[in-house]
Amino acid sequence: MRAFRYHRPADVAEAVAVLAAEPQAAYLGGGTNLVDLMKLGVQRPDVLVDVTRLPLDTVEGLPDGGLRIGATVRNSDLAAHPVVRRDYPVLARALLAAASGQLRNMATTGGNLLQRTRCVYFQDTGKACNKREPGSGCAALHGQNRDLAVLDWSEQCVATHPSDLAVALAALDTVVEVHEADGPRDIPIADVYRSPGTHPERETTLARGALITAVRLPPLPAARRSTYLKVRDRASFAFAVGSVAAVLDLDGDVVRDVRLAYGAVAHRPWRAYRAEEELRGRPFSRELAARAADAELAEARPLRHNGFKLPLTRAITVRALTELASS
Amino acid sequence: MSTGAVGRAYPRLEGPAKVTGTARYAVEYPVDGITYGWAVPSAVVRGRITRIDTTEALASPGVLAVVHHGNAPRMAPGPQPELRLLQEPTVHYRGQYVAVVVATSLEAAREGARLVRIDYDTGPHSTVLTDDHPGLYKPDQVNPSYPTDTAEGDFDAGYAAAPVRVDVTYRTPAYHNNPMEPHATTAQWHDGRLLVHDSNQGASSVRATLAELFEVSPESVRVVTEHVGGGFGSKGYAKAAVVLTALAARHVDRPVKLALTRQQLFGPIGYRTPTIQRVRLASDADGRLTAICHDAISQTSTIHEFAEQTAVYTRSMYAAPHRRTTHRLVRLDVPTPFWMRAPGECPGAYALESAVDELAIAVGMDPVELRIRNDTEVDPDQGQPFTSRNLVTCLREGAQRFGWADRDPTPRARRDGRWLVGTGVAGSSYPARARPSSARATARPDGSFLVQINATDIGTGARTAIWQVAADALGVPPERVEIHIGDTTLPTAPVAGGSMGTASWSWAVIRAAQALREKLRDGGPPTGEVTAEADTTEEVGGQPALPRYAYGAHFVEVRVDADTGEVRLNRMLGVFAAGRVVNPTTARSQLIGGMTMGLSMALHEEGVLDERYGDWVNHDLATYHITGCADVESIEAYWLDERDDELNPAGVKGLGEIGIVGAAAAVANAVHHATGVRIRELPIRLDKLIGVSDLA
Repeated sequence: MRAFRYHRPADVAEAVAVLAAEPQAAYLGGGTNLVDLMKLGVQRPDVLVDVTRLPLDTVEGLPDGGLRIGATVRNSDLAAHPVVRRDYPVLARALLAAASGQLRNMATTGGNLLQRTRCVYFQDTGKACNKREPGSGCAALHGQNRDLAVLDWSEQCVATHPSDLAVALAALDTVVEVHEADGPRDIPIADVYRSPGTHPERETTLARGALITAVRLPPLPAARRSTYLKVRDRASFAFAVGSVAAVLDLDGDVVRDVRLAYGAVAHRPWRAYRAEEELRGRPFSRELAARAADAELAEARPLRHNGFKLPLTRAITVRALTELASS
Repeated sequence: MSTGAVGRAYPRLEGPAKVTGTARYAVEYPVDGITYGWAVPSAVVRGRITRIDTTEALASPGVLAVVHHGNAPRMAPGPQPELRLLQEPTVHYRGQYVAVVVATSLEAAREGARLVRIDYDTGPHSTVLTDDHPGLYKPDQVNPSYPTDTAEGDFDAGYAAAPVRVDVTYRTPAYHNNPMEPHATTAQWHDGRLLVHDSNQGASSVRATLAELFEVSPESVRVVTEHVGGGFGSKGYAKAAVVLTALAARHVDRPVKLALTRQQLFGPIGYRTPTIQRVRLASDADGRLTAICHDAISQTSTIHEFAEQTAVYTRSMYAAPHRRTTHRLVRLDVPTPFWMRAPGECPGAYALESAVDELAIAVGMDPVELRIRNDTEVDPDQGQPFTSRNLVTCLREGAQRFGWADRDPTPRARRDGRWLVGTGVAGSSYPARARPSSARATARPDGSFLVQINATDIGTGARTAIWQVAADALGVPPERVEIHIGDTTLPTAPVAGGSMGTASWSWAVIRAAQALREKLRDGGPPTGEVTAEADTTEEVGGQPALPRYAYGAHFVEVRVDADTGEVRLNRMLGVFAAGRVVNPTTARSQLIGGMTMGLSMALHEEGVLDERYGDWVNHDLATYHITGCADVESIEAYWLDERDDELNPAGVKGLGEIGIVGAAAAVANAVHHATGVRIRELPIRLDKLIGVSDLA
C-alpha cells in the first residue's frame, strides 16, 4: 500500500486549497469505498484530506420549504431524520436499502454520491479497465457483465453507478452545492454525472479538487408519496441489480406529476424522463406504468449477461408506481 | 453418562476470550523483530517466468527481501506438489504464488509486492469445465480412496425396461470456502528449529508436511493452532500460506507473519470443483427404484489430481437392483480444487436428491413417501447392514414438525400476494468415521485434571465437547478438568475434518482417562502428578469395516416473487440422526451452519470465471455473495436421540457436514414446487426466474 499523508483542514477553503496544490490528493469522508480501493491499488492518493470534521454535518430546513443536507451527514443519521422520513420517504428508503448498518454509520452524503463503480474489472488492477487506466481497454464489455449497464454505455466502459442515495436524489431534482478553487457553485444533480463516452475516467462534471459541501432538496410536497424499491441478489447488504426511485402525484386518477429514476442500469443514476413524460397527464394504470417503463428502456442495449435487467426494471417500475397510486 | 457433562449445553470454553478479543489467532502473537510477508500472485494463467526484476521493490522503503524461485531456499519433493512453492519458474494457474515480499510493515510489504516486475512466456490455457472437454479422463480412484466407477446389475437394461424414467443433468459452479479468518501464519526459525503459529484444521499434519518440505525432523517443528476462525475444509492440510511464510522466514532469517487477503483466498488455497452431473433414475409405477445411474464430471489441476467423490453419495443412499456410478475428470489450468464442507456428498446429494424429487413428480407420488419406499437397511454398495440408519425417522419427524401432510403437490398452487410459495424436501447422509489419535490425561494433587490432545477447534466448539467427554470419562465434574489443544507439543491427533474430529479425539481421551483411573484406582488424590497416555491406532484400525452413516432430512418453504424472481426462505427445518449429541448448543450451531451454507449454495454462491483471464472475477465478499440473515426467516435443527454401539466410545457420528448435505436440493425442490420451473444449474438467482409468471 502506498504511503500517504493525512491532513485535517480547518475549513472548506483550506480543504479546497490543499486539493488545488496537491495533484494526487483525495478527500476522505467515511472511507468506506476509498480505503478499500487504496488497499487494492486502484486509487493511490498522496494525501488524504479528511473532511469529516468540517462543519458540514447538519440537516436544515430552508425558507422555501426545501432541505439542505450537509455533505458529511452520515447515511444512518440522514435516514433517521424525521423531516426526511416524513417529507422524502424515497430518500430514507434508498439510504436504508444500501450497504449495512455499520457502513451507513460511516458513509457520508457527499462521499456516497462520489463512490466508484463496483465493476469487478475496475477493482482488479490485473485486468483491463479504461476507467482505472485510460486506454487499457474494457474487459467487461465482452466479459462477465451481468451486473453492468444496459443504457448509455460506450465501447470504452459499461460500468454502472453503485449509489442508491444518488438515484433518490436524482428523482428529487436535487441541487448539489460544491466548493471549487474559485468559490461555491450550485449544480443540478442531473448535470453532475457524465456518460462514459470516450472518457470513462471522468465520472462527474465537478472540477478537480471540488468539494461537495451540501445537497439541497427543493420543496416537493408530492414526495410525501414516494418510495424506493431495490432488487438485489440477496435480501440485504448487496448492490442493486435493479432499483427505482419514484414520486407520484395524482389528481384523482390522473398523473399530475411523477419523478422516476433508475439505479443499476447506467453509468449515472438514470432519471427516467421519457417514462415520466409517458405518465404525466394520463389516468394511472398498471398498463400505463409498464408502457412508461418500456418507453424509457426502448433504447437499452443489454450486454451478453444482463438482459434480465430490462424486465426487472420494468417490473419494479410497475410495482413502485402501483403501490404509490394505491397508498 | 446421562447425569454427566455429555449431553448438556455448555457455552464454549473460549467464548469469553473470543468476545473480549484476548483469544489470539495465528498472526496476533507478539514476536520480537517481526517482519511482514506479502504473497505475489502470478498475473498469467499458464507459462514460465523469464525474468523477475526486484530492483524497484527492494528500493521501496521497508522492503527487506523478495523471495522467488531464483533465490528461495530449496524444499524437498512432497506428496502435494502444489506446496513446492517458489521452486520453479513454471506457472500452472493464474494466482499461483510466484514471490513473497518481506518488509518491516504490512503496508510496505504490500507496496513492495506491487513493484515486483515479472516477465512471462505464456501459452494457451483451458480453464472451463465442459462435458465434452477433450481432456476428460477416468482417474484411478476418487477421494479419498473409493473406486472410480461402480456397477451392479444391468443399468441400461433396467432403465430401458422401467415404466417411469428421469434423465436430468445438474450443474454446480466453483464454490469458495471463505472462512472468516484467512489462511495466516507467523513463522520463526531458531537454530534450525521451526515454530509456526498457523491457522489450520490439524496442526499434527501441518507439522509433518513442514518437516518433510524443509527436511527437518518432525520434533524440530512446532505448530501452534490455538484458535482458528473457520476453515470449511480449506485448511485441512498445510496450504500455501504456511509454506510461504516458513520459506520467507528462512530466507530472511527473521520471524515473518503473513495473512492472505480475501482476494487471495479465491483459488490458490482450494475451492469446491464445479460439477456436471447426469442422473438417471427409473422406477416402477409405485415409485420403487429399479435403476440408478449417476455420472459425475469435475475438474482438477495440471499439478495434482484431486478427484471429488461426487457420485459416492448415490452408491449407498437408496437401493435399486440396477446401479451405476462414474467419475470423470479434466485437468485444467486452474488451482487444484480441495475439500469444502462435505466434499463429494454435498454436490452429489444436490443432484441425486433433486432427481429423486423429479422422479416423485413423474411417478405422481409424495417425495417423502418415495424416499421412505426406497429406504434400505442394507448398504447397497457394501452389502452389509448399516450400523444404524434413521433416514425414515428423520423424514417422518421432519414432515410432522414441518406440517408436510397438508401439502398440495401441484406446482404453483400456492400464492401469497405477489409471492409464489412452495415446499421441498431432501434426504441427507454422511459417513461416520474415526481416525487414530493419541491423548494424555494427568491427575494433579489438588484433585484437578489436565487433558492434552493436539485437536483443533476451528470454531465448532470441539474444545468444549472434548472437555465434556473427558470429564465424564474421568468421572469428575467438568469444572475440575482443564483441557489443552492446538499445539504439536501435545499428543498427536487427526485433522478437524470429515465430521470425524470429535469421534477420533474423544476416543483417545476416553482411553487415556480410563488408563489414568486404572492407575489411580487404589489411592485417593495423588501426592504428585500421575499421567496416562493412550493411542487408538490399533483399536481404530481393528474396527470392523461396517457402513456407518449419519442421516438427515431437510424441509424448506420458499417464496418466489412472481415478477422479479427473487427467492426468499420462509423456513428451513432439518432433523438429523447423528449418534450421541455431546453439546446441544454447539451441535445446533454446526447443523444450522451447514444448512445455511447449503442454502447459500442453492441461491447465492458462484465463482464466476472469466475464461480470458483464467480466474474468478468475483473474488471478495461484496461480489461473491453468501446468504445473509434476511434471506431466511427461520432455521430450525432437531436431532433424534440415537444410540449406535458400533461407532466409537463416545457414540458420536459427527455434525460438521450432515447439515449441508441435501440442503441445496431441498431449496431447489421447493423453488420448483413454488414456480413449476426446475432450475438445474446453481445458483438459483433471480435472472433465472424473472417473469416466472410467464415461464412455466
